[in-house]
Amino acid sequence: MRLPLWHLTLASIRNRGLATVLTLVAIALSVTLLLGVERLRNDARSSFANTLSGTDLIVGARSGAVQLLLYSVFHIGDATHDVSWSRIDALRSHKDVAWLVPVSLGDSHRGFRVVGTTADFFAHVQTGDRQPLRFAAGQAFDGVFDAVVGAEVAASLGYAPGAKIVLSHGAGEFAAAEHGDKPFTVTGVLARTGTPVDRSVLVGLAAIEAIHLDWQGGSRIPGVEIPAQFVGKFDLSPKRVTAALIGLERRSTVFRVQREINTSDGEPLLAILPGVTLDELWRVVGVVERVLLAVSAFVVAVGLAGLVATLVSSLSARRRELAILRALGAGPGDVFVLLMTESVLLAVAGCALGVMLLWALSAGIAPWLMAEHGVQLVARFVDQSELVWLAGVIAAALLASVIPAWRAYRYSLADGMTVRM
Amino acid sequence: MVAAGRTVSDAAVALRGLRFGWPGAAQACVDIADFTLAAGERLFLHGPSGSGKTTLLSLIGGVLRADAGSLRVLGTDLVALSGPRRDRFRADHIGFIFQQFNLIPYLSAADNIALPCRFSPLRAQRAGDIGAAVARLAGHLDLPVDLLARPAAELSVGQQQRVAAARALIGAPALVVADEPTSALDAARQDAFLDLLLGECAAAGASLLFVSHDLRLAGRFDRCVALSNINATTEATA
Repeated sequence: MRLPLWHLTLASIRNRGLATVLTLVAIALSVTLLLGVERLRNDARSSFANTLSGTDLIVGARSGAVQLLLYSVFHIGDATHDVSWSRIDALRSHKDVAWLVPVSLGDSHRGFRVVGTTADFFAHVQTGDRQPLRFAAGQAFDGVFDAVVGAEVAASLGYAPGAKIVLSHGAGEFAAAEHGDKPFTVTGVLARTGTPVDRSVLVGLAAIEAIHLDWQGGSRIPGVEIPAQFVGKFDLSPKRVTAALIGLERRSTVFRVQREINTSDGEPLLAILPGVTLDELWRVVGVVERVLLAVSAFVVAVGLAGLVATLVSSLSARRRELAILRALGAGPGDVFVLLMTESVLLAVAGCALGVMLLWALSAGIAPWLMAEHGVQLVARFVDQSELVWLAGVIAAALLASVIPAWRAYRYSLADGMTVRM
Repeated sequence: MVAAGRTVSDAAVALRGLRFGWPGAAQACVDIADFTLAAGERLFLHGPSGSGKTTLLSLIGGVLRADAGSLRVLGTDLVALSGPRRDRFRADHIGFIFQQFNLIPYLSAADNIALPCRFSPLRAQRAGDIGAAVARLAGHLDLPVDLLARPAAELSVGQQQRVAAARALIGAPALVVADEPTSALDAARQDAFLDLLLGECAAAGASLLFVSHDLRLAGRFDRCVALSNINATTEATA
């Protein structure tokens, strides 16, 4: 009894060609959108969570955890206090600490933050799935006035190794606050990571000291001007830095070391676990993508409503057909099943088409997305959570199909073998 | 009379005290004290529209269930059967031909003819090789082979009626019910169609219940019954 209905279903679907194709496209597009948003959401989340990987602790002056993360990693806002170099040195020699990368912030270059650090930055800072930083061109800084620029800095300002750049004091609001007397030479350009590193200009800690030799309290000391070639005569060892990234010998000691730093006497410090704080931050910015997901769920609902509308509007034209089937021995239940089969088949085909479309799209735009935005989108088929979404779409289609199927059932009961319009 | 000497259980259709009224209607639509269609008989049932013939045919087909009385088709009491079993019975044993719009428009003529076999394993079994059965019936009914692959909607009305007849006859149902099958045809084609239908029913040994308002056709049948004579709706009470 079921097998013949399949044949009828397919023939009937084929018969209503254009309407069927349009319905199919609507469902496919809505499924593509739903899964695409869900996929981008997950990828954005994991790429956000991996803004900084391989770093066990971030240490800064005591403030809020999110604030410390924002200024040390995302370069948003400013630190309220610095950390003295003696504390940094002490931490570096702590028995559980494997490596420590100091970070000194406060200067900028044409809107991009300058990060004073050591060459260890390139060795230890990782992004994404523990990917080390790579140089797209050139190498790490070596001399005092060498600089390495992130991918976005290089791309938007057209820098390549050898370019001369001038740093500004503070966020660069005033032209007068330029360190024009001490230009830097770009020695390297980093490959894109999709993290704030792309928007950074990295220089040595000595460079930060050097450009501020003749400065005090945020402005030039009047009458004092130390030319670049003489800075070597001064003590350029760092006095204070903004924060430090720490890698531990054993990750299992992370909570103990964190507690040790947070409860230490003297200069008040704060150590945070970047992963935990990133999650905390995501919960704030994540609202947007949840809204996006809700919107795409509505789009799926619209697609399914289109399916139901197409079937319902075709029904009155199909009453004769249903009556003939009744005369041939089809029961009202068969008619119900016939209509259900049609719409579920369309929904399943729409889902399949949507998945293929998504796959083609993501395969097509993945290289561009990575190169332009540093978002890693892997062209994959469907994973388990997406299967759950698809099952949900088909279940919703099944539920919605009851409307045309029930109407067809009512028609066939009322009409019997002859249509009474 | 062909029916003479046969028992009720041998009859193709036997109605006794059959009553049916549409829900909410004040009067019964069908009220037949006694009516028999013998096995193998070809009967002309004369009924103008509005005489309850469509309702009667729906009762015989088991789409509707009688309110009272007995209705035996091929020896089976349809009043006692459940809805799905009446559907199955109709699929297995009765071939229907209607006035027009008999065919599923998007199926080919051949698929339309074979359709009853898809609903009834019994008829599929009796038809044997369905492709061959379709071709044989099409040949008998003067349907060119190249027509069979075409969608039903592309056929002329006359061709459609012959496809409908072939569909009603495939798998050798014991009863063929035709409801005004010739009224969409012109006079010449009416005769030709009637020849084919009567011949095929005789060859298959099927009983034919032919309903029409057109009395000119009545002479071609074994017997003629006026529905107004057997349906006592005017005497019926609500």
